[in-house]
Amino acid sequence: MSAKETILNRLRHRAGGQLTAPAVDFSVLQRPDWTTAEKLDLFEKAIESVHGEVHRVTADGWIDRLAEILQSRGARNLLISGQHDLGTRLREAGRDDLPDLLVYDEPVSSWQPTLFNEVDAAITSTRGGIAETGSLILWPTVAEPRLMSLVPPIHIAVLQASELYATFHQAMLAQNWAAGMPTNALLISGPSKTADIEQTLAYGVHGPKELIVLVIE
Amino acid sequence: MSSSETVSQPAAGVHAGHQVDVRDFHNRARAAIHNPKIRQNFRKAMDGLMAKRTAAFEGWDLEALRDLGANIRLRALANLPDLLEQLEQKLTANGIRVHWAVDGDEACQIVRDICVARGAKRVIKGKSMVSEEMELNHYLEARGIEALESDLGEYIVQLADETPSHIIMPAIHKNTAEISELMHEKTGTDLSNDVEYLTASARQQLREKFMNADVGVSGVNFAVAETGTLCLVENEGNGRMTTTVPPCHIAVTGIEKVVPRLEDVTALLALLTRSATGQHITTYFNMISGPRKEDELDGPEEVHLVLVDNGRSSIYQDDQLLDTLRCIRCGACMNHCPVYTRVGGHTYGTTYPGPIGKILMPHLIGLDEGRHLPTASSLCGACGEVCPVRIPIPDLLVRLRQESVDGDKLHPARVPGHGAKRGRAEAMIWKGWSWMHSRPGAYRFGTGLAARFHKLQPGQLGAWTRFRTAPKLAPKTLHEQLKERNR
Amino acid sequence: MVDPIRVYPAKPSKVYFYGTCLIDLFYPDAGMAGIRLLEREGIEVIFPDDQTCCGQPAYTSGYHDEARTVAAAQLGLFPQDWPIVVPSGSCGGMMRKHYPDLFRDTPFENLAAEIAGRVWELTDFLLNVCHIKLEDLGEPTTVAMHTSCSARREMGIAEVGPALLGQLTNVTLAEQARPEECCGFGGTFAIRHPEISGAMVSEKLTTLVDAGAREFVTTDCGCLMNIAGHAEKAGTPMTGQHILSFLWKRTGGEGGKRS
Repeated sequence: MSAKETILNRLRHRAGGQLTAPAVDFSVLQRPDWTTAEKLDLFEKAIESVHGEVHRVTADGWIDRLAEILQSRGARNLLISGQHDLGTRLREAGRDDLPDLLVYDEPVSSWQPTLFNEVDAAITSTRGGIAETGSLILWPTVAEPRLMSLVPPIHIAVLQASELYATFHQAMLAQNWAAGMPTNALLISGPSKTADIEQTLAYGVHGPKELIVLVIE
Repeated sequence: MSSSETVSQPAAGVHAGHQVDVRDFHNRARAAIHNPKIRQNFRKAMDGLMAKRTAAFEGWDLEALRDLGANIRLRALANLPDLLEQLEQKLTANGIRVHWAVDGDEACQIVRDICVARGAKRVIKGKSMVSEEMELNHYLEARGIEALESDLGEYIVQLADETPSHIIMPAIHKNTAEISELMHEKTGTDLSNDVEYLTASARQQLREKFMNADVGVSGVNFAVAETGTLCLVENEGNGRMTTTVPPCHIAVTGIEKVVPRLEDVTALLALLTRSATGQHITTYFNMISGPRKEDELDGPEEVHLVLVDNGRSSIYQDDQLLDTLRCIRCGACMNHCPVYTRVGGHTYGTTYPGPIGKILMPHLIGLDEGRHLPTASSLCGACGEVCPVRIPIPDLLVRLRQESVDGDKLHPARVPGHGAKRGRAEAMIWKGWSWMHSRPGAYRFGTGLAARFHKLQPGQLGAWTRFRTAPKLAPKTLHEQLKERNR
Repeated sequence: MVDPIRVYPAKPSKVYFYGTCLIDLFYPDAGMAGIRLLEREGIEVIFPDDQTCCGQPAYTSGYHDEARTVAAAQLGLFPQDWPIVVPSGSCGGMMRKHYPDLFRDTPFENLAAEIAGRVWELTDFLLNVCHIKLEDLGEPTTVAMHTSCSARREMGIAEVGPALLGQLTNVTLAEQARPEECCGFGGTFAIRHPEISGAMVSEKLTTLVDAGAREFVTTDCGCLMNIAGHAEKAGTPMTGQHILSFLWKRTGGEGGKRS
């Protein structure tokens, strides 16, 4: 008998007989109907409490703010998407106050050492945010690969305030995730951190040291 | 490898690399209690974790949330075989290969076979308690495959050639100075009490390892049957690195980790992170539903899931013991355990320490080897009170105590190694006790006699009087006083 | 899964008193104090003379056959439907929470469940059934309270002791660190794991001393003999008594009156 058959047989022929499943009631996860402004306030408070940084910007002004942020960090370059609208707009902006724009348009194997050692910052879009926990929803895609939000020391994420949800539960139902998941989906709530050394918080242990959210109101 | 190479053990899941004699609990407990550093490190850490947990649930209807968590887990367990099949089918459709392992050795072999097929020599690991249970690192290293831990705590523990002392915070038994010395000695970093510096050094060393790793091995926090999704909860990003950077990702998990619906993870996640570390959420909640698609630019080309039984299907047979399988591995039970706080994680000598270890490990190693585990509790109930999925841990401890002495003819024992602790002398004492206390006349006579001769009571009562004076027999029992009063 | 919310009965005219073996042998004064407090509340107290032990020591040691034999001998002691009051969270918890499990699938199943539903911890009963009003006649003092783990978690009455002490105008309740932490008694645990139990009681004593108290009260005689016994052995000036003894003495004993 294969391991699978052995295990499933034992589970199916349970000595204690058939189990009955209890009902589940998710109402404890429900939250009031917060307005966008309330959700944004909550989001900001939550993500700042875990060392995330929030900038409220306008649809016209976000590149200005981005340039300021990158200059203040002395970033030499910015990794952008080759296909996503965000990348396109940055490339087409033709700004000289932005650092070098690096485009992620090749398989990682061809430039991994550069990605790991040379890239200072990356910018990605989000699929919304979660007010209660201060989380960003990212579904990495062909256009915005997984490592953009993980490897460079600074991750900048663009969030539309109108795409804030109260809770993870609400976001998942509203976007109907159960209908089909991407190869990788993420909630990101702050920069990478650890407390493994005597419960002392330290940031940027494996992922970004800084998470900066540009919220477009 | 051929199966003849596996070391045969009395119970499944214990490897040749298993160095600690679980039965030596008392000596380790004594050593830990007299080690002020251990006492201080754990007390400080546990006090902090308890306070953070309390704060994190402020404003929540915690009891309703615990009901939800418990019911989600119970519903999953009620349909476990169907859910596992559904999970396999969905994962397969998504391009993830599913393997089944009856015990830890089989699971190790599966991981090794995948490595061999890929010519992989370097494995990088995200934190996985199941892989600790399998003792995967020893297994791979004995066969020429490097297995490096990347979670900072696990990395520290691996440098020290130790095992984790806590399931969430593996290196919690060490303070900064000890870690600094260890890193200095093993990796050449400067001696420093600057945690930022130590962390940055580890980051630098591990980044190289991630880039060069052939395979990443991770655990799984929840496996979702309806979508074929593997969920990982972490703060550091090493889990994401492990599952994204190497060309091959192997996830290992216990068969009980499956839940039916994606929605279920929202509630379990809310409970898990708050219970574990008092965080509203961890930095990363990573949901993996497939390998890199053809046009994607990164992510592993190959993803595997190893479903490990290792005693779980045996626990599953019994209506009461089944509750053990609800566990979502938050560690709140150990954070709140007054025994764990005093003796630390290594004293248990088991993969899972603390209350959850005491109710889980006897199934994995047998009640003969784990005979001290169920008794090492004052049954104070703090663990059960904080368990996010309402596992009645104290009741399960009592059940295992009964199993270890074969103490209930109505409910025959079933845990491997049951009855190992039944000693003739103790059994006789309880028999005598039972005889006297079920005969009111004998009881009144005996207690009356004790009261009459209370002055002859011995001042030393063995273990009790090492730390306390002996309780003093009253000159007259309550029975006698009431009899006189009513006369 | 969750304990049903306790529904307190109306104040009865009679109760059964289940004294517990530790009180019987070591602390009969606490038992007498409990009986007198009840009587002062106008309740007739029936003490079934054939009572011995609830069976808990064997139960928690895993000797369930022996525990069942002893527990079965208690089941016949309460024929009327009066409440059963127990001056201990531990024994009360055994009878209320564990009797139904212990007698499941036996001829005593229904009786055990019926009895379990009538069991009340005595301080809980005084506060929430008798609605006792205590008049403090003692000198000003500071006292620490240790609620046993079984009283706190099995019986769910952590707030009862402090509430009763709060009625005593001259008594200051000392604020201690980690009041919810176990004192390390745990029945046979103290014998089987003396070092761990010793470390626990030593820290518990320290928190009581640090709270600024020289005396403590507790709901359970196991904790009492553990903490007070450790204090005596260590030579620490800390005395302990059962909360019932304390309440009875503070309110004037026999001469005390109800307001």
